[in-house]
Amino acid sequence: MNEDWLYSDKVKDHFMHPRNVLFNEEGFRPDGRGVIGNIKCGDEMVVLIKVDKVKGVITDCKWKTYGCASAIASTSVLSELAIGKTLDEAYKLSSRDIAVALGGLPEHKIHCSVLGDKALRAAIDDYYISHGMGDKVKKEREHIICKCLGITDAEIENAVLEGARTYIQLQERTKIGTVCGECKEKSIKLMEEYKAKHFPPK
Amino acid sequence: MRKRTVYLDHNATTPLHPEVKKTLIKSMKAFGNPSSLHKFGREARALVEKAREEIASFIGAQHEEIIFVGSGSEANNSVVNILYCPAWKGCVGQGGLAKKRRIITTKIEHPCVLESVACVEAAGIGVTYLEVDGYGKIKLEQFKEELGKGDVALVSVMMANNEIGTIQDIKGICEITHQHGALFHTDAVQAVGKLPVDVAELGVDYLSFSAHKIYGPKGIGCLYIRKGAPFCPFIRGGHQERGRRAGTENTLGIIGFAKAIQMRRLEMQAETRRLLSLKKRLRDGIVKNIADVSFNGHPEDSLAGTLNVSFAAAEGEAILLYLDMEGIAVSTGSACASGSLEPSHVLLAAGTPQEKAHGSIRISMGRDTTKDDMDYVIGRLTGVIRKVRGISSVQGDAKYE
Repeated sequence: MNEDWLYSDKVKDHFMHPRNVLFNEEGFRPDGRGVIGNIKCGDEMVVLIKVDKVKGVITDCKWKTYGCASAIASTSVLSELAIGKTLDEAYKLSSRDIAVALGGLPEHKIHCSVLGDKALRAAIDDYYISHGMGDKVKKEREHIICKCLGITDAEIENAVLEGARTYIQLQERTKIGTVCGECKEKSIKLMEEYKAKHFPPK
Repeated sequence: MRKRTVYLDHNATTPLHPEVKKTLIKSMKAFGNPSSLHKFGREARALVEKAREEIASFIGAQHEEIIFVGSGSEANNSVVNILYCPAWKGCVGQGGLAKKRRIITTKIEHPCVLESVACVEAAGIGVTYLEVDGYGKIKLEQFKEELGKGDVALVSVMMANNEIGTIQDIKGICEITHQHGALFHTDAVQAVGKLPVDVAELGVDYLSFSAHKIYGPKGIGCLYIRKGAPFCPFIRGGHQERGRRAGTENTLGIIGFAKAIQMRRLEMQAETRRLLSLKKRLRDGIVKNIADVSFNGHPEDSLAGTLNVSFAAAEGEAILLYLDMEGIAVSTGSACASGSLEPSHVLLAAGTPQEKAHGSIRISMGRDTTKDDMDYVIGRLTGVIRKVRGISSVQGDAKYE
């Protein structure tokens, strides 16, 4: 561990000098807005985008985050990654992309604090819906089940495909429901559905 | 004010007292094994036993009633282990106790108690975790009710809480415990050397404490075992500590521990008064400069140097790391910092909402802390909270229920 700092230098830089923070909420008119997380779980973020409607390119991205150093740094770096990207490109940004751009993050931090990509997708969807392009919202769009950690139904499905059969196994793979536990019932129901879908009883 | 270094994490550990450091350096030559019969051994033995007298008398114990262990955690584990030990009946030799198969502790103990208790629980011993009120004090009614069930072998309640500083009425709790025929242990790691502690007056059966919280070296703890109280060694295979804790004595650690205790005798009283006034200065400064704050722990029955505060709309790890950049070292009850996803179990047990627990920091002062330090912290903390709240998606107190 670096004796000067807990995380990478890149994280330090973005933590100490966060980019594109939304300081003037009144003066910024976003084309799309996405919120993810919950302060009860320790992290919450808001991502706002402005879009060049002709080119379909994100021209500006502002954010606010309640959370730890890596939550702040990861939203900051996400805003840099998003600006200049087409909506399709931006939609594909993952938490891994954010971690890489930050020069690495501890594994447990990726699960709990890197939620910006999900907030960005929510902002893009919001843009599509509010600009009469609701059909562009991905049909198989992921739904967030665990609000604390931003874990989606698609991740539950993946975990089932990778072998999770019990709630404990699902938690081991995804960390779902390990904070407030509110989503337990819902995620078990989904897990059972995916089990039935992919591994029907013979 | 110019940037300075301010260490405010004394509940985590303390720097060596300069006198302890001097004593340690002088004692480096005492390398003999205290168990050896020759001159080298005898010299080391004499130093260990002199230190034992110093430490035992500080807490009002007889010298044979204390054993040296590796840490406060080991002392606590050793006590809980008495119940777990498969040799319980033979080893302990207290008829009747073996039939009692339950332990009572609290929800705000240090993890070294909670986890060792969870371990005996897995082995089939019943455990009751007492609730605490909003200040972190145990609820005596619940306690009496639980004891009344008659199957309790051991009660373990910490004297002063490491996170919020709340001090329990150990004498009273111990009396009630004994009225019901159970044994009583207190984790006094945060108390010995900060508060007057006298085992005879308190009446406790076991008491744990440690050197590095009071300007002594790390790696040395102490367990008081009342004469006649059952005990079963946690570490076996040696006659050291009268067969109660095997392993060659940590001679230097023990010598340093005794010196630290000696210095506590001289400094504790005046330091407590000084720390109380520093804490008031800090608390007033925070209230004056920063909106939407709340303090955790008991307003009076609290460690003089401990202040635990929650900031609305600001997350603890972010606060801690921005303060670190300003040269200020504190700790936080936020989940992020601990590597777990849950915020402080102590704050949650005291009924603090999750979002307030995530936004808490613990400031623990010590013998080197000055008024200027407090003023510096108030100034920098004000700036840091402004910065964190500026970035925060949570606006002011709006989302607090």
